[in-house]
Amino acid sequence: MKLENVLAVKGSRIETCALTDTVRDVIAHLKAANVGALVVVDGGRPVGIISERDIARAVDGESNVPSLPVQSLMTREVVFGAPGDDVAAVLDTMTANHFRHLPVVLDGELVGIVTTGDLVRAELDTLRGHVVTLEDQVMAGGGE
Amino acid sequence: MSGAPNPLRVAIIGAGPAAFYAADHILKQSSSAEVDMFDRLPTPFGLVRHGVAPDHQKIKSVVKGFAAVATSPRFRFYGNVEFGRDVDLAGLARHYHQVLFATGAQTDRRMNIPGEDLAGSYPATEFVAWYNGHPAYRDEAFDLQTPAAVVVGVGNVAIDVARMLSLEEHELAATDMARHAVAALARSQVRDVYVLGRRGPAQAAFTTPELKELSELPNVDLVIDPAEAALDALSAAELERANDPVLRRKVELIQSLATRPPAGRPRRLHLRFLVSPEALIDDGHGRVAAVRIARNELVGSETGSLSAKPTGATETIAAGIVFRSVGYRGVPLPGVPFDTRWGVVANVAGRVCSPETHELVPGLYTAGWIKRGPSGVIGTNKADAVETVHAMLADAEAGLTLDPAQPTAAAADEYVCRCCARPVSFADWQRLDALEVEAGARAGCPRVKFASVATMLAALAGEGGPAGN
Repeated sequence: MKLENVLAVKGSRIETCALTDTVRDVIAHLKAANVGALVVVDGGRPVGIISERDIARAVDGESNVPSLPVQSLMTREVVFGAPGDDVAAVLDTMTANHFRHLPVVLDGELVGIVTTGDLVRAELDTLRGHVVTLEDQVMAGGGE
Repeated sequence: MSGAPNPLRVAIIGAGPAAFYAADHILKQSSSAEVDMFDRLPTPFGLVRHGVAPDHQKIKSVVKGFAAVATSPRFRFYGNVEFGRDVDLAGLARHYHQVLFATGAQTDRRMNIPGEDLAGSYPATEFVAWYNGHPAYRDEAFDLQTPAAVVVGVGNVAIDVARMLSLEEHELAATDMARHAVAALARSQVRDVYVLGRRGPAQAAFTTPELKELSELPNVDLVIDPAEAALDALSAAELERANDPVLRRKVELIQSLATRPPAGRPRRLHLRFLVSPEALIDDGHGRVAAVRIARNELVGSETGSLSAKPTGATETIAAGIVFRSVGYRGVPLPGVPFDTRWGVVANVAGRVCSPETHELVPGLYTAGWIKRGPSGVIGTNKADAVETVHAMLADAEAGLTLDPAQPTAAAADEYVCRCCARPVSFADWQRLDALEVEAGARAGCPRVKFASVATMLAALAGEGGPAGN
């Protein structure tokens, strides 16, 4: 299964913010959109990602976090996926490297974002599909 | 409108696995909902009938479960009724609260290489539909008077096509392959079939049982180059990390088969890895004479997914016929929002939406390949359909449906019969099915398929059977 199959049922809506938005803006946006991360864009180009985890880390020992600009605590070293990437390989990489959100880019354009949750579910659905197929065959008593 | 409609009336467009899994779940979850299922063909079951290989009868046994769904008094099948030709969204919206699109991925992806449109170059899907007796492909002619064929892709369709090209007449005749295809393949001159995989053995989409089956064909030498079967460092690391016994077994089988010496059998099936077609070469008369292929190496991306990159080395395979099987796409349906990027009905978890604004379109839903793209096996459509049905029933409960003026089974039937000269019911299909199976018993195969709509309708009128194709 490819990332494009996951994106097909997720829609291509991508929640984004600007470098100069404040963390307060981001928290409100995360809450309203019910997502865990925003892609940070500058001039239409993705330049970073800011997640709940980035904010949680910053809050530790810092009191004015809500008024900080996004660019001060976003993750700049973002890994981007491609629609044709294999779900299983991507999931391994995300798990091993402890990141949960992957923006997907096609010809330089941001076309979606997938989470580890999306990919676990896709893998689970694939495996369940095999079980259903085999069970249906057994239940039907199909011969050769 | 407000309040849950009772009974909830649902139209399902398409009659393949996703459609039947959805119908089953709707009928089980709601004690009053009514489902009418439409298909452009007189026959139900979609790709189980017209996609699954004719020598894989066990896989086709899933239709027994689908036929059980059709016994519900709250279910009706309208075959030979095409959405967009006979019935349309405006008409359905007068009689149904919800419309579910489960029409599959009906077209193939192109390779986008020079020579792709030469005579002798075909989408594998057309060949599959033809040998499986799909009425729309009855009159296709595939020129098999050539010693070698190339199949591009290593998914299950590619493997099926390669196997059908490699079987002997008596093997084909024992299946439910369309009789016109058995006759044409019996005359085939093809003795060498080349199957081209872009990436390596660890990334091949076919399954271990599919490969084992190829290796056990009595008249075919399965030829694999040990150098192409060897894993590169990236694939070896991926295999190690994934720790997937199923994948490991597949790679081990490929490598073991690569060491098997050819037995001098009359046919050869060459399974190639790390090669991509670069161009189809013209014979000077507009026909394919050969395929130039590029050798690839695998490169890793940041995400860990491995992709193929040409090394610069090329070779040429002489072949007079080429089948491409590099993926499928859905076809837009009249009046239904379509996401051209992914080739699916635009949706969020099965609810149809605008591809631009993502605003949901009340009352419209999608399931199966036209919802998520072509991925998974038949059973994958069950979880997919169940997700959509959950959304449908929740929306119905919340009163978020279409607002039909005449939501009755009788009014819908009257509409369909006005739009289509001869809708085919499930009982009609059961008569056709019985005739096919009877003809099969006489011919020594599981069934002899009707291969045209006209002969099906004639048989329903009491004139002739499938042998009269």
